[in-house]
Amino acid sequence: MLLRHTPEEITERSALTINPAKTCQPIGAMYAALGVHKCLPHSHGSQGCCAYHRSALTRHYKDPIMATTSSFTEGASVFGGQANILEAITNIFALYDPDVIAVHTTCLSEVIGDDLAQIINKAITEGKIPEGKRVLHTNTPSFKGSHVTGYANMTASFVQYFSEKTGAKLDQINLIPSFIEPSDMSEIKHIADEMGIKYVMFPDTSDVVNGPMDGKFRMYPRGGATLEQIKSAGDSTKTLALGRLGASAAAKLLDTKCKVPCEILDLPIGLSGTDTFVDALRLAAGVAVSDSVMLERGQLLDVMLDMNQYTHGKTVSLVGDPDLVLGMAQFCRDVDMKVLHVVSGSAAGPKFDARIKELCGEEVIVKTGANADMFYFHQLIKNHKPDLILGNTYCKYIARDEGIPLIRIGFPIYDRVGHSYFPVVGYRGGLRLLEKVLDIFMDKQDKESPEESFELVM
Amino acid sequence: MDHDENMAVDTEEFKSEMLTRYPAKVAKKRKRQIVINQVDAGEQVPEILANSRTIPGILTMRGCSYAGCKGVVLGPTRDILQITHGPIGCGFYSWSTRRNQTRPETPDSPNYMTYAMSTDLQEDEIIFGGEKKLKAAIDEAVALFHPKAIGIFATCPVGLIGDDVHAVAREMEAKYPDINIFGFSCEGYKGVSQSAGHHVANNKVFTDVVGLDDTPKPGKFRFNILGEYNIGGDAFEIERIVAACGITLHSTFSGNSNYQEFISAHTVDLNTVMCHRSINYLAEMMEIKYGIPWFKVNFVGADATAKSLRKIAAFFGDKALMEQTEKVIEAEMVAVRKVRDEVKARCQGKKVMLFVGGSRAHHYQELFDEMGMETIAAGYEFAHRDDYEGRKVLPNILVDADSRNIEELKVEKDPERYKARKSEEEMEKMKTEGFTFNDYRGMMTEMKDKALIIDDLNHYEMEKLIEKYHPDVICAGVKEKYVVQKQGIPLKQLHSYDYMGPYAGFVGAINFYREIDRLVHSKVFKLTKAPWQDSPELTANYGWTN
Repeated sequence: MLLRHTPEEITERSALTINPAKTCQPIGAMYAALGVHKCLPHSHGSQGCCAYHRSALTRHYKDPIMATTSSFTEGASVFGGQANILEAITNIFALYDPDVIAVHTTCLSEVIGDDLAQIINKAITEGKIPEGKRVLHTNTPSFKGSHVTGYANMTASFVQYFSEKTGAKLDQINLIPSFIEPSDMSEIKHIADEMGIKYVMFPDTSDVVNGPMDGKFRMYPRGGATLEQIKSAGDSTKTLALGRLGASAAAKLLDTKCKVPCEILDLPIGLSGTDTFVDALRLAAGVAVSDSVMLERGQLLDVMLDMNQYTHGKTVSLVGDPDLVLGMAQFCRDVDMKVLHVVSGSAAGPKFDARIKELCGEEVIVKTGANADMFYFHQLIKNHKPDLILGNTYCKYIARDEGIPLIRIGFPIYDRVGHSYFPVVGYRGGLRLLEKVLDIFMDKQDKESPEESFELVM
Repeated sequence: MDHDENMAVDTEEFKSEMLTRYPAKVAKKRKRQIVINQVDAGEQVPEILANSRTIPGILTMRGCSYAGCKGVVLGPTRDILQITHGPIGCGFYSWSTRRNQTRPETPDSPNYMTYAMSTDLQEDEIIFGGEKKLKAAIDEAVALFHPKAIGIFATCPVGLIGDDVHAVAREMEAKYPDINIFGFSCEGYKGVSQSAGHHVANNKVFTDVVGLDDTPKPGKFRFNILGEYNIGGDAFEIERIVAACGITLHSTFSGNSNYQEFISAHTVDLNTVMCHRSINYLAEMMEIKYGIPWFKVNFVGADATAKSLRKIAAFFGDKALMEQTEKVIEAEMVAVRKVRDEVKARCQGKKVMLFVGGSRAHHYQELFDEMGMETIAAGYEFAHRDDYEGRKVLPNILVDADSRNIEELKVEKDPERYKARKSEEEMEKMKTEGFTFNDYRGMMTEMKDKALIIDDLNHYEMEKLIEKYHPDVICAGVKEKYVVQKQGIPLKQLHSYDYMGPYAGFVGAINFYREIDRLVHSKVFKLTKAPWQDSPELTANYGWTN
């Protein structure tokens, strides 16, 4: 047994987190900054954070993840990191020439209390930032929230620094996705494209962290939202935030700063989740839903219906980021699967709990935030075994110990590919997810059925 | 680019070309960290600047002291329960991400390595202190796991807010007298790299763990291996080989290890050192306190393995042992030679660059040598001058301000347990027979003249190296892997072995030969160009023309 010390009996813990179902803010900020074109993420702290965050994202994407660090030493930790970051800015522009440096912090610089706005101003007045280049910052203390918070903070900082209301009437919608895969960002754009809608999407990591192999390394791949686009977001007619925890901070800031009204939706996962998004998109842009989108919807529904006997009544345990597990819960409900447990290390609030219960019934066990960790998730599973686990790579230890199949979804996925190329959002993502679920249950039937009832056609 | 062209690169010229892009202050420093190798008759090599602070914004490969302490040294031991004291990230990122495998004795033996434990500090605790929560976390850990030992690892904010992990450890040990509880001040900002964390880990393991139990493992010719972390099963392979020779491996620091092996590690007659950088402190201190001599070994490479085995057998000086060792080597080498000859025919003359942590950039050169491949550039992320130039330069190394706060322990002879394992005469005699104790010759002394030695390589320099030399294979880590492979050059990870292995010992050598052969001759790289990229449109034959 890999997790031989996990007892079935659940005891209350208030201080010890075991096998977390979250990680810390800066990695989310790093990921968000990678969704901006020609942007280099910069970690203002000691270099271990930056190495860890780059490694984690690299293992997940199997693609280069570039970021720099202020490399604090003990001296900087006592006297502040201003000299470090000023030197870093000079070196970064001299060597790596990004259009924009997106600075985030770590617990170290947050505890010290480095004033980054002041330091960036100093860099400007001292001429350390070349003509046409930009430096922005966000505060991402690791001791608050989770990686999703860091992603939300960095995304909001792009709005704070760059979005402007110029008065131009741009007939465009802002789309702000939560911490999701590049493949999912592509799929959201695909739906808007099919409906002929003009939009600005940021962050957008598609074609950045799932780039091609063509014999060249590009430090700044072709993808990513441009600063021009982020600037123009202040003149859009509406913002759709997809995923409350990861996307609403930037959407609300666009509302208060530039008077762009916003609507906060769940991630469009599964048929009804995608319906909600398509409907909001249609109304926001004043267009009709295209035949091609209707076709995709119909194809998903067709398979849901045809294969319903294999998903109906199956039980599922979900763990991951709140925005994602909420979407997954919708998907499960649509195909008549019963969700037993929903766990997230990121605190999501009472509204989230209520929404999960509304989707999955009163008996579902929901826990988010402090001590909602994988150890607890495993204990729940020991007490009530589901047919299926949906969660990240770390669930594989539980899956193996308990003999329960796992579908990998969320962050991180260190041991499989596909997540960065194929979506789970939208109708097509729903179809992919459904195929994965059906494969699991039908393979199980093939493996376990007696020979006399081994079916050819299923 | 063929062999001769490679050698035609004027390294001095290349070095200055690399430095021109840097701001003056940076160039001045990098100039001392990029060295063109030259080995004189007395094994004198040029001086390199190493173990100095990282240049901000340079895009370094380095990590931090916490990673060196918790992630590297203590992480691989399965039954010391480890609690990260700090916000959630550090514990999360060091959760099963190093491939130090372990094999508990029975299905019920304690193994905490699949668990990441953290105090997950929140803002309130940063403001009002986190000691209370740490104590509560220890209470909860004891209630759930009842471990023999608990290690507490400090992260960046802990040092700043004044939490004292050592005081908490003492207090909790008083509360739970049968549990050994100790803390590590391995805050990420300590020192300049992972290296400081190694030192912090060595000190605490030496003072609070080693020497608590005088029970030796049964068996003859007992020794320890220090600095072997069982990545991909390396230690399993070494265990297999030494057992076949009849040598008793008492404990490994810290691959596939347990607490009992640590506390009784001082009962052996010999310490051997694999990774010099991370563990030489413990080897030195154990010699002073207990009288255990140490020497450097290398189990990476079949010839290096054979050499190391012979050295260990000769140390014990037992005729039967030496004969058995020769028998084992001969038997193992049959398969090794067969595969080696096969791949050497294909790999001879290929060019390699190695940029790995603090020891593998040197060790793995032996394996490449065995395949006829040449190392044209190498460097460490965080090694010190002695790892580059050899321990002979130790007296001249100045500890700079950034590393001054890492404690140097004052060690004395243990009045009861000090026992010189060999008399002074015996040691002298062995030295005349060619034995070298307490020594490591360093990487540069074993590399060719004109090879480039680069400390703390950064992304910009790596790109320059690729552009200039087009090496056949680069060895580095996961952060570099995909950057290099996008350019059509194979990158072999030598931290994680790309989830393969073992690469140590005889079986490991065979695995490595085959793996490098696969990489260097991979057909997939040859598909990089699409067929239409080489033929201009105008000369293409269109389907509808006859």
